[in-house]
Amino acid sequence: MLQGIYDFIKGIFEPLGDFLIGSAVPVGSSFAGDIDSLIALVAVFVGFWAILAYAAFFFLIFRFRETKGKRAQYVTGEEKDLKRWITYPHAAIILCDLVIVFMAIMVWYNIKQRLPEADSTVRIISQQWAWNFVHPGPDNELDTDDDITTSNELHVQMGTTYHYELISKDVLHDFSVPVFRLKQDALPGRVMKGWFKPTIAGEYDIQCAEMCGIGHGIMGARIIIETPEEHAAWMSQGSNGKLATR
Amino acid sequence: MSMTKPIATTRSATGIPTGKLAVWWVIGSEIVIFGGLLASYILHRIGHPEWAEYASHTNTWFGAANTFVLLTSSLFAVLAHHAAEHGDGKKAAKWLLGTCGGGLLFLCIKAVEWTGEIQHGYTITANGFWQFYYTAAGLHALHVIAGCIIMLIIANEARKNVELHRVELIGIYWHFVDIVWIFLFPLLYIAK
Amino acid sequence: MAEAGTAVKTPHAHDTHHEQSFVSKYIFSTDHKIIGMQYMFTGIVMALIGGYMSYAFRMQLAFPGQSVPGYGVVSQGEYNALVTNHGTIMIFWVAMPMLIAAFGNYLIPLMIGADDMVFPRINRLSYQIFLISALILIASFFVPGGGFGGAWTAYPPLSANAQYNLTPLGATFWLVAVALEFVAFLLGGINFITTLMNSRAPGMKMHDIPMVLWFIVIASVLFMASVGPLIAGAVMLFMDQVIGTGFFDPDRGGDPILWQHLFWFFGHPEVYVVLLPAMGIVAEIICTFSRKKLFNYKLILYTAFATGIISFFVWAHHQFVAGIDPRMANVFTITTLIISIPIAEMLFLYIATLYGGSIRLTTPMLWALSFIAEFLIGGITGIFLGASGSDIYFHDTYFVLAHFHYTFFPIAIIGFFAGITYWFPKIFGKMMNERLGKIHFWGTIISFNLIFIPLFILGAAGQHRRIYNFQNFPDLAGLQDLRVLATSALLVMLVFQAVFLFNFVTSLIKGKPAGKNPWKANTLEWTAESPPPHGNWPELPNCYRGPYEYSVPGRDEDYWPQDVPPDTAPAE
Repeated sequence: MLQGIYDFIKGIFEPLGDFLIGSAVPVGSSFAGDIDSLIALVAVFVGFWAILAYAAFFFLIFRFRETKGKRAQYVTGEEKDLKRWITYPHAAIILCDLVIVFMAIMVWYNIKQRLPEADSTVRIISQQWAWNFVHPGPDNELDTDDDITTSNELHVQMGTTYHYELISKDVLHDFSVPVFRLKQDALPGRVMKGWFKPTIAGEYDIQCAEMCGIGHGIMGARIIIETPEEHAAWMSQGSNGKLATR
Repeated sequence: MSMTKPIATTRSATGIPTGKLAVWWVIGSEIVIFGGLLASYILHRIGHPEWAEYASHTNTWFGAANTFVLLTSSLFAVLAHHAAEHGDGKKAAKWLLGTCGGGLLFLCIKAVEWTGEIQHGYTITANGFWQFYYTAAGLHALHVIAGCIIMLIIANEARKNVELHRVELIGIYWHFVDIVWIFLFPLLYIAK
Repeated sequence: MAEAGTAVKTPHAHDTHHEQSFVSKYIFSTDHKIIGMQYMFTGIVMALIGGYMSYAFRMQLAFPGQSVPGYGVVSQGEYNALVTNHGTIMIFWVAMPMLIAAFGNYLIPLMIGADDMVFPRINRLSYQIFLISALILIASFFVPGGGFGGAWTAYPPLSANAQYNLTPLGATFWLVAVALEFVAFLLGGINFITTLMNSRAPGMKMHDIPMVLWFIVIASVLFMASVGPLIAGAVMLFMDQVIGTGFFDPDRGGDPILWQHLFWFFGHPEVYVVLLPAMGIVAEIICTFSRKKLFNYKLILYTAFATGIISFFVWAHHQFVAGIDPRMANVFTITTLIISIPIAEMLFLYIATLYGGSIRLTTPMLWALSFIAEFLIGGITGIFLGASGSDIYFHDTYFVLAHFHYTFFPIAIIGFFAGITYWFPKIFGKMMNERLGKIHFWGTIISFNLIFIPLFILGAAGQHRRIYNFQNFPDLAGLQDLRVLATSALLVMLVFQAVFLFNFVTSLIKGKPAGKNPWKANTLEWTAESPPPHGNWPELPNCYRGPYEYSVPGRDEDYWPQDVPPDTAPAE
């Protein structure tokens, strides 16, 4: 039932989400649209209150500007009829917050708290200052002979649900893929697990999203989302880590 | 250079002496500092069961002796306050010197203890337990030293019957230093 | 020695003829007003340094690889050091000293009718430690290896290990400087809280205290209660850096996330530590220039307390994707959204204060009103970040950067300009030029918005922080126009600051004499001479009413200073 309420609310804000974020960065994963819709929802709610506040603000400045012969009123703020202007919006804001919290938790749970069954797993190794990606190869298993290791290029297949194993060899890094709306810090000494499912094909940026030293700014990489045919073709190029360019 | 006390210093709109408010503020800051350090230690300890083995090498006798020394020195501080309340600056100064002596004895015992431990290879970089041990106890020791220095200054004025109210204030600080040790002792010496 | 008694003459009333040397009067003074000014001028110098840094790195971003006039070519390492130290300086050596230490030191004794702070020598010591901390930070730029470049958040292992950060000396200097700054403010806090609590004028009850003083003291308490764990963390980080312990090294039983928790447990209350004094300054100005009481003084105070308390429970919203237990994220989303409620209420109460007023748009009033308008944007954009789901996308992007500049800029810069244009007449005895003030205001505000609105857009497009050249990212390279726009607006804004500096200096030299109370305000500082002498008044005032008795019906004047005894005859 919660899912139903969530889907309903998400549907209302999806077009705006597409406009606000999707116009700049394509909706590239199964949960990117959820995040965009949440952003749009927050934008509408805070936008509404901001407009109200600004309207009151500018109106009052204009209406009560200094006029010759006219004195200010003596208002303590404890007058019931005036206090209402504070307490009613106060209550309405709390309601808005409840909606935001509900939607945020649903989105968060879907992306970060659950791990849907994986079609495939990739290993992401971050270090000062490069990314290495280990793909499972045709046998779809990591740590076997046909694994393909690339530097700074992650090849994934559209429509496939991936788990990722994210590690760092030295300091904190962060695996960020804007087109997926995905982000996860990498910590030394731990394997961070998560998931994503690409929904469009194309080549997009991967950024490091945690300050990692002098080379933080040159730690860009590319994610190459391929159709099943393209992906199969790429994989057959061979195991033994044919290092891609870049 | 001399300075006349502002009227501000002599007022007390709350009824609480200003010096006492100040000392409580200082203690409040220190509680959060030590609290943060010890909370970090406790969380690490819970997450690292192997630290219990490392901790077994602390010398509980030394720790207990130091606990006794500090508690006694706190008693002397109470006696100093008592004397100051009755206007007997000379006696208050003597008791404060006793408190200070306790602090010095505490530091000497610690020096002997740490020398032994370092010789056995339990240095600050040995492992996670020992780095917390030396950091926490070391930070505490620094506060003992600072307390002793301030106490000597106050004792010097007290024996001339000047600023006797400060005897109580440094006593409050000293009790705090004592209480921090009361937390450190079980955390570092008993929990094994 | 001061004497108790009915005639509360200050001890210095007799020694106005006693000449102090320049050094003891201005360098080693224990007078709260001088110490306040020392903090302010140090803050202004540090603001110029921090501003210069932003100039250099924004030029690099707009024109990558090109030599920046007045700096040279910004290398990758230098870029990191510039952004790191810009942030560190602006928060610790500009916002805090100017808002809390400068205005707090100057105003607290004057506004409560006291002759100085309770512990003047501790006050002096706090400034001296603060100055040393500033010098150590500046020194960090000139040591071998250069300044620390690990971001103002200094996450280990990068910050703990010289082999990772490549700035061994710079990292330690930076850390020591920050730690000393903390000590300076803890010391300063002693005076703030004891003086406000105990040294109030006879008759000044808790609800007669001007709101700015309440806010400064609440901020001091928040600071004290939150900085302790970070000081512990700083000790640990220092030991990792210098002795080689492994508090934050996973290979040695440590945990990098421990630092993050210690840092943000302080870091979040810290933003309210700087926000509250700025909001306090704004409150004073709005009341004076709308001739109105604060709308519901008690409620405003409660929202401040509520915000302060809740601020201790929101910190991990900075760590949503850092590797904390994902279930915790939901808790912190809830608490973060909760804290938006008292803050929103506080802003509404401020806006409501305008109702029924007689509003004069002087320069201080323009600054105070613009604080509300700009901070509102900062506040609402925080919601996107406090909601865990949307933060996954926005974390570490320019959206965050624009959000916190829409909060910090109002706090540190607008708050400062509001305060200085309002109290300049009192501090220096001269009026500032209104026309220059307004030119400076509009030039600064318009360009400020033109810097940061493009950054919201860039953040929404996925642009990440702390990256020295976006031409390296094919998806982002095309947005260069927005970066050039932001940088150009920054250049304009920096130029307009010359108007302020010119106004400041010329007003000092040949401004119109201010008199005691040019704004016809109620609070006690306006009853002293401008500038007040050592000891503030020959006789200390008493307090007979609240601070905002403006436009009281039936009175001739539309203000009623706190120190004026009640009428013996009924008012006409």
